[in-house]
Amino acid sequence: MENIISNINKAFDHRVRLGIMSVLMVNEFADFKTLKDLLGATDGNIASHTKALEKKGYIVVQKSFINRKPNTRYLTTVTGKKAFKKHLEALEKLLNTDIMLTGTDK
Amino acid sequence: MENERYLKDLSEIKNMMSRSSKFISLSGLAGVFAGGYALMGAIIAMWLLEGNVSPFSLPDLSGSVNFLSSSIITSLVLIAIIVLVLAIGTAVYLTTRKAHKNEQQIWDTTSRRLIINFFAPLFAGGIFCLVLLQYGLIGLIAPSMLLFYGLALVHASKYTFGDLKSLGYAIVTLGLIATQFMEYGLYFWAVGFGIFHIIYGIWMYNKYDRNKA
Repeated sequence: MENIISNINKAFDHRVRLGIMSVLMVNEFADFKTLKDLLGATDGNIASHTKALEKKGYIVVQKSFINRKPNTRYLTTVTGKKAFKKHLEALEKLLNTDIMLTGTDK
Repeated sequence: MENERYLKDLSEIKNMMSRSSKFISLSGLAGVFAGGYALMGAIIAMWLLEGNVSPFSLPDLSGSVNFLSSSIITSLVLIAIIVLVLAIGTAVYLTTRKAHKNEQQIWDTTSRRLIINFFAPLFAGGIFCLVLLQYGLIGLIAPSMLLFYGLALVHASKYTFGDLKSLGYAIVTLGLIATQFMEYGLYFWAVGFGIFHIIYGIWMYNKYDRNKA
């Protein structure tokens, strides 16, 4: 049990960060606007959460210009993918253990 | 209570993964309409061809198209284009409506990806059919249209409902069978583009749209 909880990654412990990682796991990349629209979050919200994930080394940021407009793309790193998978597994295990302990299947 | 939060987390993750990679506002009803237009187009084409020697029974495949007057060919191409425009127009309209209802954007990464991946094989197929026309290989046009359209669907299915794949394979199979019965090309065309679309559209509508309406 201890072990499972230690696998729950605090860096993903927020709806927006979880969302950002989920989107980036199944897409090659996502730009700022796409993330914003998908998650229904504000500019500042996305900016601060992506920054936090970037600091952890889970995602990288690529800035470029498309038609002279600045465009920011986010991609997951290998570390980020691994960490997120581990987090997912921990979530699943935690739920399974709980079902076994209480005997309720929900 | 922690538990409930984790469950919510997991469902949120699943939701985000599918919403960001698949365009799920594609309307099933649009398929029914597309099938209807295709059937109407096929019926008009049959009228036009009545009285002509069946254009699809080519005695010599390398022969010319001369025995089919060029005005009829122009009309047939025109019918095909009108069917295509009507089908796409209706699909865009109904899909936009559904996207609004789902509170989704009609023009985002997922829809763009779907459209590019759908039209790339279809465009190649369209050019190929024109080449067949150029060499007078009329009998192969209907099967080729079915084949390329089916492959386009299989290819596009990764970016929307996976169910599209089964329709794609069904149409590819039909196209391959049609190559062996070239004199019935128009009938195969009507079955593939008309009847398959209608069946599939109704099925999709029942599966995804009706309960939510």
